[in-house]
Amino acid sequence: MKNILVLMAHPKLEHSTVISGLTASINGLENVQITDLYERYPDFNIDVQHEQEMLFGADIVVWLHPLYWYTGPPLLQQWIDLVLEYNWAYGHKGTYLKGKYLFNAISTGGSPEAYSATGHHGYPLKEFLLPYKQTAKLCNMKYLPPFQIAGTHNITREQLNHEINKFKALILHLRDSPNLSDLENLPFLNDFKQ
Amino acid sequence: MENGFLFQAIIYLLAAVVCVPLAKKIGMGSVLGYLLAGIIIGPYVFGFIGEEGEDIMHFAEFGVVMMLFLIGLELEPSKLWKMRQMITRVGLSQVLVTTLAFFGILYFMGLGWRQALAISTSLALSSTAITLQSLKEKDQMNSSAGRNSFAVLLMQDIAVIPILAVLPLIALAATSDVDLDHMSPIAQFPGWLQTLFVFGAVILVIVSGRYFIIPMLKLVAKTRLRELFVAGALLIVLGIAFLMEMVGLSPALGTFLGGVILANSQFKHELESDLEPFKGLLLGLFFIAVGASINFGLIGENALMVFAATLSILLIKSLILFGIGKVNKISTDQTLIFALGLSQVGEFAFVTFSFATELNIINAKTTEILMAVTAISMTFTPLLLLFNERLLLPYIGTKEKEEKPHDEMDESNKVILAGFSNYGSTVGRFLRANGIKPTILDSDSDRVNLLRKMGFEVFYGDVTRADLLEMAGAREATILISAIRNPETNYRLVTMVKKHFPNLELMVRAKDKREALELLDLEVPHIYMQNLESAVRMGKDVLIKMGFRAHTVHRLAQDFIKYDEDSLVELAKVKNDKKAFISTVRKSIEMQENLLSFELNKRFSLNDHAWDSDTIKEGEEKNKE
Repeated sequence: MKNILVLMAHPKLEHSTVISGLTASINGLENVQITDLYERYPDFNIDVQHEQEMLFGADIVVWLHPLYWYTGPPLLQQWIDLVLEYNWAYGHKGTYLKGKYLFNAISTGGSPEAYSATGHHGYPLKEFLLPYKQTAKLCNMKYLPPFQIAGTHNITREQLNHEINKFKALILHLRDSPNLSDLENLPFLNDFKQ
Repeated sequence: MENGFLFQAIIYLLAAVVCVPLAKKIGMGSVLGYLLAGIIIGPYVFGFIGEEGEDIMHFAEFGVVMMLFLIGLELEPSKLWKMRQMITRVGLSQVLVTTLAFFGILYFMGLGWRQALAISTSLALSSTAITLQSLKEKDQMNSSAGRNSFAVLLMQDIAVIPILAVLPLIALAATSDVDLDHMSPIAQFPGWLQTLFVFGAVILVIVSGRYFIIPMLKLVAKTRLRELFVAGALLIVLGIAFLMEMVGLSPALGTFLGGVILANSQFKHELESDLEPFKGLLLGLFFIAVGASINFGLIGENALMVFAATLSILLIKSLILFGIGKVNKISTDQTLIFALGLSQVGEFAFVTFSFATELNIINAKTTEILMAVTAISMTFTPLLLLFNERLLLPYIGTKEKEEKPHDEMDESNKVILAGFSNYGSTVGRFLRANGIKPTILDSDSDRVNLLRKMGFEVFYGDVTRADLLEMAGAREATILISAIRNPETNYRLVTMVKKHFPNLELMVRAKDKREALELLDLEVPHIYMQNLESAVRMGKDVLIKMGFRAHTVHRLAQDFIKYDEDSLVELAKVKNDKKAFISTVRKSIEMQENLLSFELNKRFSLNDHAWDSDTIKEGEEKNKE
């Protein structure tokens, strides 16, 4: 059984349905740790040592957040800036994250079609996530495709519940399945087969 | 009973240790506890102490002297000057009107004018010790009742001077064979010279405060011997008291003056904490002695008369005080506290009565009865205040709870906020601005009335009373905020809540580190040091003005606050290892030392390398090598 660390960043979780729903579905699962970043560090004063210890103990790291202006909320960026230190996460001696899995679980207001070369936003989601992907690579981590819940402005309760259940199944799969290499080639983690 | 010194000491201490906590437990306050202890060990119950009670009383009166010195220390000259109007308007009218009223009554009862004057002036005075101690325990020192009471007591202390000066003159008019030995040592000089001595002494105290006492304390402080500083402090008080007695002034007034002069000095806090235990013990002893000196035999023989006299004195004094309070537009509640608090005959009467007896103005039996009346009236004060708080105030004036239409009363608030001074009101306003309406508890009736007018739901009374909290909905609430400034009140509140309302999560304001440590000992989960944030914010602004970047300073400040709070927890552990008693000053000095050395050990820098390419450059260079 692997250890999963979910770093959830939502600046106004009390108004969220998607991110809070996803979080609630996996809350309390064995070997799954959730850090509510905005609750823990409302003043952006991140406890670097603690976060590094948490990372060290995890096999799989999830950045769970909404997409605002084509990127994650600022506290997630603050977390990356502070926690992924030179010679700890990357650099010559920075080997502590090597081989761990990392992926973004994202909610977007726009529909899946909006994120395409012909769509409203002009590029596929993966291209917007390039900085995250390269961050993972710099830290010698294995970056998995994103899990996306799209079109959250118009999503029905049923669709949302469906996606949330899928997310929970994914997390359990990641935790329990010994081999994850087949996931790396999927377009989205939403497409995984149990 | 003839016994050794040790036995005597044990009797006194044991009586205090047994009676005072008992009295406090049933909500009577420590003064009544000491008085009871005195009565119990006195000649009429167990008889452990007999006549020597009076000698002890004279000795213990020194506690009153020390108390006034400490009060003076708290009162800077500028503050005293601000009080001048209250002292004359409220204080002087109390002394004059009360004296006049008693004089009139006694004169028409058939006493000679000499006796009437001697007795009435003494009866007009109230007990500083009992009044202030009681008000302090009820956390009323800063309310209008507290401030006005203090003004009256101060005026009475000043009035002692002319009273003592006039008594011999009355006596001289009465008989000629006065024993001059018992009067002040300067009494043999002509009047104008005496006046000169009096002014000289006062000026001496003022001048020596600056040019002798402070240099002496500096010298003593340099030796770093704590006991020497205590000695120095005692020397100051004794010296001033002696000087005042020499010229026939009230020692209490003199030391008060000395205190005021030293209030601005750097030694204020050290003096306070050094003398505090002496004051407390001596005052306790004084109250015990008062209790023991009540002559129950005499009271038994003249029961009706003694009690009638006591009651009518209490009644007359409080009526006059009530009238003065009302004329000066003090609210009804506060006036009641003010009037009943000052209604007793003060300890100074013991002095004037015996003085008057020596001068043959009044005879010995009258004196005995008057002394009994005085002691009983003192014993009644805490009871009267208790009666006022429990039975009178709930029905007159500000109610503990406001009567409201039912629908509003039904919703019980989840948060209780005790204390609505500056600090508490900021917390309360912030909560209300975000739709959380805390139930407010406060002990200052003026403030309570104002808040109610503004539409707050406020419960009025002593916040450390379990029944008041119960009424305010402490059973259903989840959080209790204590924004109370007085550490003792805070301590009582916390222990009471822990005992009666374990459901409440405590969030407590701490005046300083020392109080925070005490609260840590009580295992209060959330402690807020009241000056920490604002002080760090100031330091932050200084660093920014010195050229630091604001965001970096902001992050350094966050670290510092966290560090400061963590180090307090560390200190608490260190402190608990040492079981030995360390007195308060030493504790705070030691604490400062520890904090500073912790800080020196920790280099203050941000514990991360974000946005900082230096370490990367360094690392890469090493890598190449």
